[in-house]
Amino acid sequence: MKPLAVAFMALQFFFVVHAASLSDSINTIRSVGAEGKGNAQAAKAWKEISKADATTLPQILTAMKGVSPLAANWLRAAVDTIASRSKGLPEKELLEFIADHQQDTRARRLAFELIQKTNPKQADQLIPGFINDPSTELRREAVAKVMEEGTRQKDAKQNKPAIKSFRQALNAARDIDQIQTTTTALRQLNEKVDLPSHFGFLMHWNVIGPFDNTERNGFEKIYPPEKSINFGAVYEGKNGKVKWSEFVTADQYGMVDINKAYPGPGDGLKEVTAYAYTEYKASEASEAELRLGCKNAWKIWHNGQLIFGRDEYHRGMRIDQYRLNLNLNKGRNTLLIKLCQNEQTQPWTKEWQFQLRICDSTGTAVHAADRPVTPTSGTDNSKSPSKSPRRPRK
Amino acid sequence: MKHFILLSLALTLQAVATDWTQFRGPQGNGVSTDRNLPAKLSSDNLKWSISLPGRGLSGALVLGNKVILTCSSGPTQTRLHVIALNTRDGSTLWHRQFWATGRTMCHSKTSVAAPTPCSDGKNIYAVFSSNDVICLDLDGNLQWLRGLTADYTNVSNSLGMSSSPVVTGNTLVVQVENDSESYTLGLNKNTGINRWRLDRPKAANWTSPLIIAEGLVALQSKEGIDAVRAMDGSKAWSYDDGASTIPSSTLLKGVIYVPSHGVTALELNKDDAGNTPKQLWQSGRLQLGTASPIVINNKVFTINKAGVLTTGDTQSGERGWQLRLKGPFSATPVSAGKHLYFVNERGLIQVVDTETEEGEIVGTLNLDEQILGSPAVGGGALYLRSNTKVYKIAK
Repeated sequence: MKPLAVAFMALQFFFVVHAASLSDSINTIRSVGAEGKGNAQAAKAWKEISKADATTLPQILTAMKGVSPLAANWLRAAVDTIASRSKGLPEKELLEFIADHQQDTRARRLAFELIQKTNPKQADQLIPGFINDPSTELRREAVAKVMEEGTRQKDAKQNKPAIKSFRQALNAARDIDQIQTTTTALRQLNEKVDLPSHFGFLMHWNVIGPFDNTERNGFEKIYPPEKSINFGAVYEGKNGKVKWSEFVTADQYGMVDINKAYPGPGDGLKEVTAYAYTEYKASEASEAELRLGCKNAWKIWHNGQLIFGRDEYHRGMRIDQYRLNLNLNKGRNTLLIKLCQNEQTQPWTKEWQFQLRICDSTGTAVHAADRPVTPTSGTDNSKSPSKSPRRPRK
Repeated sequence: MKHFILLSLALTLQAVATDWTQFRGPQGNGVSTDRNLPAKLSSDNLKWSISLPGRGLSGALVLGNKVILTCSSGPTQTRLHVIALNTRDGSTLWHRQFWATGRTMCHSKTSVAAPTPCSDGKNIYAVFSSNDVICLDLDGNLQWLRGLTADYTNVSNSLGMSSSPVVTGNTLVVQVENDSESYTLGLNKNTGINRWRLDRPKAANWTSPLIIAEGLVALQSKEGIDAVRAMDGSKAWSYDDGASTIPSSTLLKGVIYVPSHGVTALELNKDDAGNTPKQLWQSGRLQLGTASPIVINNKVFTINKAGVLTTGDTQSGERGWQLRLKGPFSATPVSAGKHLYFVNERGLIQVVDTETEEGEIVGTLNLDEQILGSPAVGGGALYLRSNTKVYKIAK
């Protein structure tokens, strides 16, 4: 009896030490910093973690919550390594982990992929439950299933069920390609889709310009709108006096085309800068994301604070090209964007535009409390004169 | 016993010497020492093809019995893959995945997995257009990683980055040059920590660094070439007559062939490559498209946007024969013996015998898939990759 007790105690001691060691190693990896800080220590810790058996996978996955993207990659590599040499995985614990929406979304997706490998049938059964999942990667799987069903119904001329399926898919979809495919299907079924609202694009702006951007110097130059917003003011612009005017876009992807505000000769103005300003009334203070698409050089300010800027011209543009973190104040928030056009004259350098939306980290639109109805017609000063600006709220 | 050890060592070194360790091979010039590649191709030469888990145009590495590849997947290519396949049958030896920490936007023709990884024979260094730098050992064990856009938030190119890294001495050289925050970094190859960070011209740049001597790297940009010491990033010399930002320079027998005003030949100082080189010639008649030049024997070869292969004399730059191939080409050709192996953007492999009087296409094989990355050579085989597959071509 005595030797048995000793052995049991030794075993217990081993597990406690092992668990502490794993926990220490995970913490070492969680603390990796910028410019490779902590890499040498993390490499040693990673070696220790990767030796662990598959029962530790839920612990490693849990550790991904709240870590930096770099630390998440270190931990992910450990999970991949352990899983690839393990004959069996702790399926029950992994399923519980996937079901726990409080865990890191990337880690939950990774756990799902482990289940897909070991028990594809079980994984497939989970998919419909992901339709409103906080993980966009998991949600995508569920949306794809509903889209498949909608397509089948549409092909069978079952229009009402097809519309219901595609509506469900669109409401859940966060990836651009799925949103576009479901929108096309719904429109083919004569349904209306309010894409600006779905994305949360900001459609109503006030604009001022053009200011000078000769030799791209305007990007750094501080023009009056960067100091204060005064809709009644008149400033010296590049080609004479400039003042604020209202600009509305009706583009379904929220494109604010500055060439429509300031149509120049030929292919548009060159070496110029403009500003666009809007206000956003938040129903509550919250963390959100500003997502910008833009192929011109730009800067953006939230409540007078510069958030980010980039001096790249005409290399490409897409929805959600830039994702910027934002702390929305309850009530009034101001947004100012500076948009620079350079000297290039090739056909692909005509664009002077941006699209901006506010959403949460999953891409779900966060609408302003007073979001106007989506406009059906927009400003185009090549066809009609500009309107006076809407007065900013106090 | 002693002789046996020496023989074993020699065989081992030979095996290492035939590894394809970086973009355009161990010398970074597309020249292979392999003499067993097939020239007259048929479908029998396609030994295997394997589906890949994502897109990419990075070239493969061939390290012993492993083919190393990078890919990216997902609706916005945010999933990064490094995969090792068995050269024998293409079976997966290991597969590691990561989440991109930088921007993944790029032109639809390219991919986040555009840069070719490199290896020092011990570790693999994979770089992606998102500026994620990942170091794995040959068994796929993570050694370190960096997210350069996380560190330097405006390091990116909305068309995509493609510069392939090189490792020399204890330094990994990564060129992340673009219109905004533009750098080249020298990273400690053991930890990934910066040894140095150079400010570079603010201009998009898709060229790759070239090792011109042990510890000395040529960095190409729109301004020309800067020769930089890998240990500390100090500049050894500069050629400032401008250069292309797409095709990269190549090196053979102490001469750098720079895509500058056509091609410009710079002869390295024989005593010390860190001294200013001598310009041998400049030829505007050797025009380049996307593919980099390649040199074999006494000829430099360029392929232009129209798919015309042009030869130039390495001593004088004087233009020689021309041969029209079926283009267009993005991939830089590789050579084995007297043969050049081209693959066009439609996946058509064309083998050119460079020793016939006017050059001759002696073999073709159509893989019928878009191929943009330069082939890899190792163990008597040619490895090509498309956005969906990797192919082994051998006798």
